[in-house]
Amino acid sequence: MKDFLAKYRPNFEKGGKYEKLMPLFGTIDTFLYVPDHTTKSGSHVRDAIDLKRTMIVVVIALVPALLFGIWNAGHQHYVFSGEYLDMAEGFWPKVWYGIQKIVPLIVVSYAFGLGTEFVFATRKGHALHEGYLVSGMLIPLCVPIDIPLWMLALSAIFAVVIGKEIFGGTGMNIINIALTARAFLFFAYPTKMSGDKVWVGDLPDGVSGATALGELALTVPLDKTSPEVTSVVDKFGAAGDFSMMNSFIGNIPGSVGETSALAILIGAAILMFTGIGSWRIIISSFIGGLLMGFIFNLVGANAYMDLPPVHQLLLGGFLFGVVFMATDPVTGARTNTGQWIYGFFAGFFSILVRVFNPAYPEGVMMAILFMNIMAPLIDHYVVEANIKKRLKRIKVASA
Amino acid sequence: MSQTIRIKKGLDIRLVGEAEKVTTSVASKVYAVKPTDFHGVVPKMMVKPGENIKAGAPLFYSKEYPEIKFCSPVSGEIAEIRRGEKRRILEIVILADDKIEYEEFKPSEGSAEEIKEVLLNSGLWPFFKRRPYDVVAWPTDQPVNLFISGFDTEALTADQEFALRGEEKYFQKGLDILGKLINGPVYLGVHEKHNTEEIFRNATGVEIKTFSGPHPSGVVGIQINHVAPVNKGEVSWTIKPLGVVAIGKLFMEGKVDLSRTVAVGGSKINKPQYVKSMYGAQVKNLVVDNIDREDTRLISGGVLTGTQVSEDGFLGFYDNSLAAIPEGNQTEFFGWLLPGLDKLSLSKTFLSWLMPLKPYDLNTNLHGEHRAIVMAGEYDKVFPMDILPEHLIKSFITKDLEKMEQLGVYEVAPEDFALCEFVCTSKLNLQEIVRDSLDLAIEELG
Repeated sequence: MKDFLAKYRPNFEKGGKYEKLMPLFGTIDTFLYVPDHTTKSGSHVRDAIDLKRTMIVVVIALVPALLFGIWNAGHQHYVFSGEYLDMAEGFWPKVWYGIQKIVPLIVVSYAFGLGTEFVFATRKGHALHEGYLVSGMLIPLCVPIDIPLWMLALSAIFAVVIGKEIFGGTGMNIINIALTARAFLFFAYPTKMSGDKVWVGDLPDGVSGATALGELALTVPLDKTSPEVTSVVDKFGAAGDFSMMNSFIGNIPGSVGETSALAILIGAAILMFTGIGSWRIIISSFIGGLLMGFIFNLVGANAYMDLPPVHQLLLGGFLFGVVFMATDPVTGARTNTGQWIYGFFAGFFSILVRVFNPAYPEGVMMAILFMNIMAPLIDHYVVEANIKKRLKRIKVASA
Repeated sequence: MSQTIRIKKGLDIRLVGEAEKVTTSVASKVYAVKPTDFHGVVPKMMVKPGENIKAGAPLFYSKEYPEIKFCSPVSGEIAEIRRGEKRRILEIVILADDKIEYEEFKPSEGSAEEIKEVLLNSGLWPFFKRRPYDVVAWPTDQPVNLFISGFDTEALTADQEFALRGEEKYFQKGLDILGKLINGPVYLGVHEKHNTEEIFRNATGVEIKTFSGPHPSGVVGIQINHVAPVNKGEVSWTIKPLGVVAIGKLFMEGKVDLSRTVAVGGSKINKPQYVKSMYGAQVKNLVVDNIDREDTRLISGGVLTGTQVSEDGFLGFYDNSLAAIPEGNQTEFFGWLLPGLDKLSLSKTFLSWLMPLKPYDLNTNLHGEHRAIVMAGEYDKVFPMDILPEHLIKSFITKDLEKMEQLGVYEVAPEDFALCEFVCTSKLNLQEIVRDSLDLAIEELG
């Protein structure tokens, strides 16, 4: 393999036959082999970590959510069509069904996203940067299961071009790539993506069920005591479809990777333990979300507000968003203090938007995008505080 | 004793081949003085090839501050002046006499001015470095204090106490002289655990500051930041313990004696140990046959901050350690995907976190390629100063002088960022970035 690469390398080097395709060759080469680059000066030894390792750890952290999503796709399908109603039944048929549904999404996301990145990398003449390894997995996990593949492809291309490459590539973007893709779908194809209706299984007439948040949103304009509301609220009771336990395990309808709080929390634990994801952002966004949920409890103007704060967090894309998207180091706050503030408001606004504006059941997407935009401002004030401290020191010293 | 200053952020890098506490003696035939050891100094030669000189005789002076002279560690004949690109002087090579003859000094310690003059003329002045900018102290400086770090926490560096054994009285004498020279406190940093002997702990005439915690607690810049951070307009000086000893010797015995005990370690050294030698000694003589030569990188100084040297190269002015580690010039199949039990990382992304106490045999592989800065807060974890490292680095990269000044350019040296450079996921050469920016700041901010 090594010899094979070495043999063809001259073709791609300057003056070679395929000089223009060097980025492609370089990418494959460094993908297979960690390059033999050595330090020249400064620190002669280096930490073994690089961006590839960083990104693969995030992908590994996504695997539980992905696997659960695959099973859950099958589960929802069979439950809707009246087979294998129990969670323990029909494991393999459910998984097989899920694989058929979800693997194409992943393949399309990577194929079109990476394809677009290659075009830019080749134009700029550098090897492919690793950012899309994660984005490419996040995008299929945060879309509805029945999204047409062409829509997914379009959103991946849009996200890479508008979200990232026009700013200069990995590390330069202002808003999270996967969220850019999702926001694009949300605004361009609202009928598919509104978040209140959801795919529950393949049926000829295209019947769709409602997501937990969609159901809750219905209750907002209604009186708390009306029968419609009580029937919805019952679903969130201990025996209902959207009970605390079901929301935690994740056997409820929703986007591919977002339903299982358990799987996402496993991912969060991996991110925090390895130090790849900021524990400050994850913890503070939980605090922010819980606090907002608690405030709503106090107000209690409608059934949506009455939902226990922990249950709020378990529903919809909240956990998926704050664990995997808010922690994106490039678009989040970069200072430690800033991360606390950033995470807190991301969580806070997620719940706020979700409850106050039922047209946007997925408040978390709006909240994180908004905080992405605010992150540099937060950091700016943290940096200013450090500067002021230094100035103050001079004044004390000279006084 | 005053309170212990706890350094929490950081990382002790344990490497295979820590020097054992045995000392052998080696003689070198060839010595060299490298003007490149003194960053920013443009040398003006005072000797010619073929001339005979004594130890302590000046070889060149600084173009900017002609008072600062740089001396020869040995007596002998100037063999060659090696030049590099644009005729830049790289090495002044000296063939040593069998028995060293010393230039005689009659130092007077009456006043600070007299001490200063002796130090400038004897070539020991360059031991002083100044903050801001981490360059040889300027004779015009009025330092508000002076810092000495009594311990090294960097991988494969010398145990300062062991290296200075037998020199206690010179060290104390040096401290006395410094007390007279500096119009302000002299601080000596010691480590709670690393410093156990009396040489530093019982030193008098200085303010002892006790530190605890991992590397970079031994880096003098970190100690300054915790004790008395450098403000705009102020100057702090720093000196290494071996410089203090040399000053003590000069004032007690009237000669410039730059002999020192050097830690020779690293996984490529068969028998890591201490070697009694001299500043400027040829590396060849320090390692003799005690080395595996295949794909070996030799470093004068610590592995995080030292200078790459060849066997024909020479020991640096400030260094009392020499490391030999494997070159990492091999590719690794799916190296970024493997569990990595033998790979050291601050992050816990490699399974090596299972064995926190294992010493590593690290090589010089970069483990990746240069990227834009992606990870946030990474430098913060290993940068125990009241400075926002990432933002300061960004102001350096964008050459934003105003931001640099606001964020603490006066307080930092390249070595303070060595550990940040080690952990950087994007593989930026931070020390180089810092050095270039400090040079820019000297020009623009003065």
